[in-house]
Amino acid sequence: MAVATAQTKAPKRRRKLFTMANWWGVLWVLPSILAVIVFVYGFIGWTARVSVSAWKGLLADYTFVGFENFTNLASDPRFSIDIQNTAIFTVVFVIGCLVVGLGLAILLDKGIRAEGFYRSLFLFPMAISFIVTGVVWRWLMNPAQGDRLSGLNLLFDKVGLDFLVNEWHGTPTWGIAAVAIPAVWQMSGYTMALYLAGLRAVPESLREAARVDGASELQVYRKVVMPLIRPVTLSAIIILGHISLKVFDLIIAMAGKQVALDVPSIYMWTTTFDGFFFGRGAAIGIVLLLSVAVLVIPYLWYTLRQESDS
Amino acid sequence: MSMKKAARFIAVLLALMLVAAACGDDSSSTTAAAGTDDTTPAGDADAVEVFSWWTGGGEAAGLDAMIAVFATTDPDIEFINSAVAGGAGTNARAVLASRLQANDPPDSWQGHAGQELIGTYVAADQIEPLNFLYDQEGWLDVMPETLIPLISKDGNIFSVPVNIHRANVLWANPTVLADAGLEIPTTLAEFFSAMETLKAGGMDAPLAMGEQWTALHLFETIMLASMGPSDWTGLWDGTVGWDSAAVTQGLEDFATALSYTNDDASALSWQDAGQLVLDGDSAFNIMGDWAEGFYRELGMEPNTDYVWAPVPGTAGNFQFLSDSFVLAKGAPHRDAAIAWLTVAGSNEGQDAFNPVKGSIPARNDADRSLYGEYLLSAMDDWASDTVVGSLTHGVVANDSWKSEIDSAVGLFLIDGDVATLQTALVAAQAASG
Repeated sequence: MAVATAQTKAPKRRRKLFTMANWWGVLWVLPSILAVIVFVYGFIGWTARVSVSAWKGLLADYTFVGFENFTNLASDPRFSIDIQNTAIFTVVFVIGCLVVGLGLAILLDKGIRAEGFYRSLFLFPMAISFIVTGVVWRWLMNPAQGDRLSGLNLLFDKVGLDFLVNEWHGTPTWGIAAVAIPAVWQMSGYTMALYLAGLRAVPESLREAARVDGASELQVYRKVVMPLIRPVTLSAIIILGHISLKVFDLIIAMAGKQVALDVPSIYMWTTTFDGFFFGRGAAIGIVLLLSVAVLVIPYLWYTLRQESDS
Repeated sequence: MSMKKAARFIAVLLALMLVAAACGDDSSSTTAAAGTDDTTPAGDADAVEVFSWWTGGGEAAGLDAMIAVFATTDPDIEFINSAVAGGAGTNARAVLASRLQANDPPDSWQGHAGQELIGTYVAADQIEPLNFLYDQEGWLDVMPETLIPLISKDGNIFSVPVNIHRANVLWANPTVLADAGLEIPTTLAEFFSAMETLKAGGMDAPLAMGEQWTALHLFETIMLASMGPSDWTGLWDGTVGWDSAAVTQGLEDFATALSYTNDDASALSWQDAGQLVLDGDSAFNIMGDWAEGFYRELGMEPNTDYVWAPVPGTAGNFQFLSDSFVLAKGAPHRDAAIAWLTVAGSNEGQDAFNPVKGSIPARNDADRSLYGEYLLSAMDDWASDTVVGSLTHGVVANDSWKSEIDSAVGLFLIDGDVATLQTALVAAQAASG
């Protein structure tokens, strides 16, 4: 696709879209197009309708209440904790993944022996589901204090790093940052793979040229390599950012349903399916959708424009 | 692209969508027809479909024991066990909700007795009152008088309770108490001063607590202790306001109780919290009497490894929760469903179910030789105490109200501000009471 785009000029490509061969193609993808129309866009539409309704309880109630569900959310103390938690989680998670991922990628790029082994090693956590990660890290980050220390805290205590002993996700306000650590562990290998591909695409001749001009190794990275892999950073931020907005399973596995570590997706689940506040749940769903859209749509627009430019 | 081609494309797309929609209609009407086929003749009594989330452990074993009784009393009726696993009933309730919305109810289903059932299914007009069955079987004479209003609405009784659990139980480690020279406390004041003594003796957290729902459980028992049974019940029928001084006092007592709990509570399950008492890391735990089943599974001896008492300040009150069965409105096999409910409420059925599940029967004429030491003490209390309902386990408030209170208590665990909690509780009643 990318190759085809690169070779054909835009207007020419448009004319070719509906040849006989393409008709067959359209026919083949039609079932999934229909499924997407019904199950994605149809349900988005239905959720939007429910989010402006008074639906509470088992029976559907489509009484129009305008934006009441949304304005209630704005003054809901639990929802403001959700926003705060999501913000902290996103910052820690995205920055953590970028820093660790870039670090690992640079180390691998330096021509380490058995590179393939390390590459797989760092990528493996991504193959694990967040639920499994959550359960394992729940044990590692056991917040018990005193003589019931266990997991990482016990390790810190035994090796004389007692000042590091902490309550992990039990910490007031910042507990959610502790939940972001396993997420960084899981996704930084993936970020590394993105960066490694980016680094490999930077021609060696450019670095050589910089070195000949007397640039230090640090300067080579700061002035030559980093600007060239900026698009990788942007993609990584988008991908990681939308994962963090939707995070649900990791928190449930690590800490269960508790307001202190609540995020919008968990609030949506509990209020809808435990409390039958369907209108409010749908409103949270729409807010989540819009926040992901704010992140993704400019990116899509940017990439599409770049593709048609090239 | 040319306009013509675009138009053709859209036309084909629309045509295919229509075909797909027609297929969809077609298949759904076939399933509906098939559904009516196996369940057709109304009032037919050759099968009964019972829906529950009892798929494992003592619950499933208890259900099987009760099904065995049903097989002897009604050998001609086939029992269809539609149990759905997962999530402490969350999955099952979602499945049930979709079946009810599709007008395809099972004949009978399980639910927590009280407002959890009434608020959801009576409000949606999906279950039948069972007063006729209570009259016919004489259940009103063998079940506590104070129980009936808690499982009724406007004088109609809507479910048959098969088991009774007690929420307001204090579990304690007798060795820890003896070492500190303490007796089991009987009032809230004694309770707090005992924990103060233990704290002074170097115990970080005399009261063991687990994740957020166990805090809600603690909340309801302390509120009952502080307010007394009539005010507690009044909170739910609207005769006592959530903004009253009695509530403020209860919330302050709750805050005091929380100050003695372990700081890793949010990371512990209720079993972990119970384990802290057995290990002597904590002296007390407030949990429903399913904790007894957990202690026994671990091989612990009643009165040696653990002791129990009503939560301090709640002696004479039995804060109950119960699993019960209902009769679906428009049940495909109404007569068979009534036969099932008759067994569920009978002595034979309840004595088959409860010893296996580790709970007591709702009836007070059970065969005492079948039950262990703790359960016998609970049966005595059940027969003589004032019965009040549990909040965490669905008796006093409907699901919406309960989830709002759960949010409010969760926020309180973060900020610890009693006034904010009380405001939130008043708002919770307004939003869903």
